[in-house]
Amino acid sequence: MSTETPEPNVVEPAPEKRAATATLADSDFSADTRQQTVSSALSGYVVKLRSGDLGALPAVFGLVVLIILFYGLRPETFLSKGNIANLLVQALPVTILAMGLVFVLLLGEIDLSAGVASGACAAVMGKLLVDGGQPWYVAVLAAAVTGLVIGAAIGALVAIVRIPSFVVTLALFLGLQGIALKLIGEGGTVPVHDKVVYALANKYMPVWLGWTIAVVCVLLFAAVRLLRWQRQNSKGLSNQPLALVVVQVVLVAIALLGGAYILNLNRARTPLAPFFGGIPWGVPLVAVLLIICTFVLSRTAYGRHVYAVGGNAEAARRAGINVNRIRMSVFMIGSLLAAISGIVAASRLNSVTPDAGAGNTLLYAVGAAVIGGTSLFGGKGKARDAILGGLVIAIIDNGLGLLGAKAYANYLITGGFLLLAASIDALARRRRSATGR
Amino acid sequence: MSDNGTPALELAGINKSFGAIHVLHDIDLAVYPGQVTALVGDNGAGKSTLIKCIAGIHPIDSGQVRFNGKPVSISGPRDAADLGIEIVYQDLALADNLDIAQNMFLGRERKKGIVLDEAGMEQAARETLARLSVRTVKSVRQQVASLSGGQRQTVAIAKAVLWESKVVILDEPTAALGVAQTRQVLDLVRRLAETGHGVVLISHNMNDVFEVADRITCLYLGRVAADVKRSEVTHSQVVELITTGRSGDLGLAPSTAAESI
Repeated sequence: MSTETPEPNVVEPAPEKRAATATLADSDFSADTRQQTVSSALSGYVVKLRSGDLGALPAVFGLVVLIILFYGLRPETFLSKGNIANLLVQALPVTILAMGLVFVLLLGEIDLSAGVASGACAAVMGKLLVDGGQPWYVAVLAAAVTGLVIGAAIGALVAIVRIPSFVVTLALFLGLQGIALKLIGEGGTVPVHDKVVYALANKYMPVWLGWTIAVVCVLLFAAVRLLRWQRQNSKGLSNQPLALVVVQVVLVAIALLGGAYILNLNRARTPLAPFFGGIPWGVPLVAVLLIICTFVLSRTAYGRHVYAVGGNAEAARRAGINVNRIRMSVFMIGSLLAAISGIVAASRLNSVTPDAGAGNTLLYAVGAAVIGGTSLFGGKGKARDAILGGLVIAIIDNGLGLLGAKAYANYLITGGFLLLAASIDALARRRRSATGR
Repeated sequence: MSDNGTPALELAGINKSFGAIHVLHDIDLAVYPGQVTALVGDNGAGKSTLIKCIAGIHPIDSGQVRFNGKPVSISGPRDAADLGIEIVYQDLALADNLDIAQNMFLGRERKKGIVLDEAGMEQAARETLARLSVRTVKSVRQQVASLSGGQRQTVAIAKAVLWESKVVILDEPTAALGVAQTRQVLDLVRRLAETGHGVVLISHNMNDVFEVADRITCLYLGRVAADVKRSEVTHSQVVELITTGRSGDLGLAPSTAAESI
């Protein structure tokens, strides 16, 4: 008893003191929050979620649900080694197209012609490869330049003539299909047999190279994150708790190394067949694009200006940012990535047809970006959204294929998913403005 | 209150017309470092036009602008910023989706090579807010969307101060704020002056003006009706100056005031 009585006396003043220091910290800037503990970071995250800033959560949730669903319905095929590799290759064109659209969506604009632009660029490449007899690098470069020209045209019409991007790109949606049709000819097909282009979606890296790249990527990511934390910590800047940084690094390492492991397994159908496996060549291409886009958006002044124009164009203009130049540039980046997406799609199908990139290609890409967490209202989004959303879209497409779903069901379900993602985006935005975030 | 010092910004005989409409008549205005000069006047008195002339958005027709005693010509917003004149507009030019530090450096980001110097910018933003003794903002990494109106105004003002500015012009900074937030912003306006800035405060609110201003310059239909020390006038005199252009022996001669109409 005698040891217990002093305890309340010791403990009692402590909460008061803590409360006093807490209010002081809230009201005094010199004591602003810089270092966070794990619990304060977590509670901050919960507050963020509640105020409508969902980030990658819906996409990750969707991925998990869809994987469980399709695994339950098609346990023997959906998560087979062969199907996983197939699924990734399926996701490549949509993901790249979506990554370009992220830039356009960040300004609150839309590019409805991105899909057919990818087809038109692929047609240019195909014609140069087959009819022109050009080497692959000339053809690919020509496709990229075509993409840049299309983007510059859209950008000029939107930024200088001031036509809403929706109308400009709707017009180009028709016009570019006409160009592709003229290039390839009605009912025609351009076969793509060039070794390098063909390899993108049909050949696999040697196992040792796949492992090396995966390990290097993990080490690079860990180094970047830990060095940044160390720098922020030593200079007394705002930072995340070390534990969370380590958790992020571990999660990325599991995803990359786990993916490399699965893809490097032997996928040969019979035990006697020669080794067949490895990471598709298109995957490192997407990884490189992701790194470049993430760097540009988050570490350069240009990226900062893109976010600023998307958030408040008038503020950006007053801050001396050339808003028109930013507008033009995002359409050029969007169409350039569309061209790359078209090349990968041509590689996957071994050919270019006049309707390449038409149909639901664009719908899938916009859906991917929005499902990944990019807002249709501008100012919010990341390059990685395209990866997450692209995987969701590819899993739906692939899973429905395995289920043998009819075409009508496929359209209905994919359209429904896009609407669902857009609803989440719109509701989250309402929530954000309601809670003043 | 060193009226004898050199004004940081001095306007002499500024005239400005839009076509046939003579908007500003021989405007004289002096802004002293360490003082708050309130610019008052009814709607259409020419306050905004005058500010836009100082900002370099409208070219002036005649008259002289002196900065720290030296004649200067301001032919664009860039010139004004280079001299150290910063203007905080009424509709705050902040991007909601960026954080405080990012907004303060918007358009003038510090770079290391091609990479943004986040550490340097964050530290500078923090130092500026600390120098102004801002007590209402939790972290410079807070998104602007999560701030209240007063906090936003604080960030907009701090943004202006960040650039080694000599003269800060505030266009109705308290217009949309509640009582407590108005208090915060007025405190900040005072601190701006205490840290050696010349401050021009445009306001319709007489309480605000009498609380923070050292001098009051009253515009009436494009002319300076009076340029007086705060201590020399009363509320009602200033209101009279704003509405009729004269009050007792202060203000425009009756003939001039009538002519302007």
